[in-house]
Amino acid sequence: MKYEKVLHKNLETPGYTGSLADYERQGGYQAIRKALKEYAPTQLIDLVKRSGLRGRGGAGFPAGTKWDFLPKDPALTRYLCCNADESEPGTFKDRELIERDPHQLIEGMILAAYAIGAKVAYIYIRGEFVYGAQVLERALAEANRAGYLGKKILKSGTDIEIYLHRGAGAYICGEETALLESIEGKRGLPRNKPPFPAIHGLYGKPTVINNVETLSNLPHIVNRGVEWFTSIGSPPKSPGMRIFSVSGHVNRPGNYEVPMGITLRELIHEQAGGVLGNKKIKAIIPGGASAAFLTESSLDVKMDFESIAQVGSMLGSGGVTVMDEDTCMVSAALNLMEFFAHETCGKCSPCREGSSWLVQMMRRIEHGHGRMEDLDQLVRICNNIGGKTVCAFGDAEIAPILSTLKHWRSEYEYHIKEKKCLVGNRGGQLLTIGKH
Amino acid sequence: MNPETKKVEFSEKAQKEIRELLTHYPDKRSALLPVLNLAQAEFGYISEEVMIMVARLLDLTPPKVFEVLTFYTLLNDRPVGKYLIQLCRTLSCALVGSENVLGHLKQRLGIEVGETTRDGLFTLRTVECLASCGTAPVMQINGAFYEKLTREKVDRILDDLKRGDPPVLKPMGEN
Ligand SMILES: Cc1cc2nc3c(=O)[nH]c(=O)nc-3n(C[C@H](O)[C@H](O)[C@H](O)COP(=O)(O)O)c2cc1C
Ligand code: FES
Repeated sequence: MKYEKVLHKNLETPGYTGSLADYERQGGYQAIRKALKEYAPTQLIDLVKRSGLRGRGGAGFPAGTKWDFLPKDPALTRYLCCNADESEPGTFKDRELIERDPHQLIEGMILAAYAIGAKVAYIYIRGEFVYGAQVLERALAEANRAGYLGKKILKSGTDIEIYLHRGAGAYICGEETALLESIEGKRGLPRNKPPFPAIHGLYGKPTVINNVETLSNLPHIVNRGVEWFTSIGSPPKSPGMRIFSVSGHVNRPGNYEVPMGITLRELIHEQAGGVLGNKKIKAIIPGGASAAFLTESSLDVKMDFESIAQVGSMLGSGGVTVMDEDTCMVSAALNLMEFFAHETCGKCSPCREGSSWLVQMMRRIEHGHGRMEDLDQLVRICNNIGGKTVCAFGDAEIAPILSTLKHWRSEYEYHIKEKKCLVGNRGGQLLTIGKH
Repeated sequence: MNPETKKVEFSEKAQKEIRELLTHYPDKRSALLPVLNLAQAEFGYISEEVMIMVARLLDLTPPKVFEVLTFYTLLNDRPVGKYLIQLCRTLSCALVGSENVLGHLKQRLGIEVGETTRDGLFTLRTVECLASCGTAPVMQINGAFYEKLTREKVDRILDDLKRGDPPVLKPMGEN
């Protein structure tokens, strides 16, 4: 099926450069005009609440509800932070939104800042996005010159500044409180919660953190209304469009903007052109490396928050990784475990110690030195990490091992018994996808 | 401080940028990461002298700078080659052949991961997901993405760089 594009409409228009002139020609910056005229900040919060827009960064928290947690005292300084750290393996949607349509994001940020009463907003962009940072700097300068940013934007009584803050390589800084620490010039160690950022955020002030895609939805909700938004996707709980990043063994990897709730099968076979070499699918990660692996039997599940949770995984960041029948599940899980062990920030001991034990055991199994007892030991270590850390990283890092053990325990056992890989053969060439 | 350590200073242009940066935050310390990024662009890596200078500039103790410097993987506390190659090895890249690309890079450059070629031109590193999984396998060289890598493409890229054509920053899917 072909669907009407929303967030991708401009960037899929031939010749669209993402400049201010192009964005305005496509109807850009009308939403802030409308909002400043028609909605008081509290009304805008109410509108976003009624739209049911949920966060696109990972947790799927309703955006309007999050905004509403901020204290009402108008004297308090508040901050808005855009999470553009995009480091969840398998996810590359925010990068495209930034590089190709920066003003859509900036307009969304202006709307959010206006709604929550933030005079200053930061975009925390991962350090590797050097090109994206240049695009945003240029776009911010254009928006300032045009009077969409700065003092008394569009001659209203509202002041909004947006600054770009570049990271320097650390997955954990995508976790919202680590992100705040990082902006404050510290190591990116997640904070204990409560207090939540809505009460005690950046510099101890009430703060909202939203993802690039979440914010990029806002101009459309303001322009087209709640009724439109709640009529697409998978209402009432998962309304709207969603950008899925599809990668791995598919013919057309890429970002696909589709209504929330299309099936995994449609996403992989129609949108992304099916599996490379017409092979069978063995495994799918539906929502970034932190989401549990699914088997081919989940292909008809709907890609919305609730349906994916029902089959034991999560929609997360929308990063869909497809693995064909020849992929070794032990080495796939090891690959991601290496990622997590590299990225643990070291603050909580279960995660710091556990991640390196898990990597060592997984390497041992992959290399044919594993023992049967290791399998239960893996589960025990995972259970000592899950739920026992300051942030959700701990729950994330155990997902690959626990889910592959659940679905493909026989592959682990084969590695241990036969000291080799059951499937590690791809056209005569040994398939190693671990990093060792 | 060791009396022999060189005195280092930011260029005029960088100083101007830093003055602008400081207006972005209510607290000077927030400028630390941006200033370290600038310092790296200016000096190639963050030496001890640079670290001490940055600490002075932002009214911080050197350990506060040091702990940040060592936390973030893009900040180098020692020199790297003129071209820093960062090859992604995370799952989506691994599934479509990053190992082969790595083998080829090692062979062509004659170095192992973490090493620098003798002429000082290339440093080879492996990194985690670069948010370019749809154009895998990928690497970054000095911030520029190189996508859908094959042996032939790697050869072309290395030859161009050796010839003196610098890496070009481009949007996703165009490199
Ligand atoms: C380890 C970890 C890494 C995360 N990385 C990101 C990220 O790169 N980008 C992002 O938007 N959210 C990330 N999140 C989620 C954020 O903490 C936060 O929920 C999100 O930015 C809120 O925005 P949203 O409600 O608009 O989704 C991460 C969370 C965890 C626990
Ligand atoms: S896995 Fe290599 S860019 Fe994402």
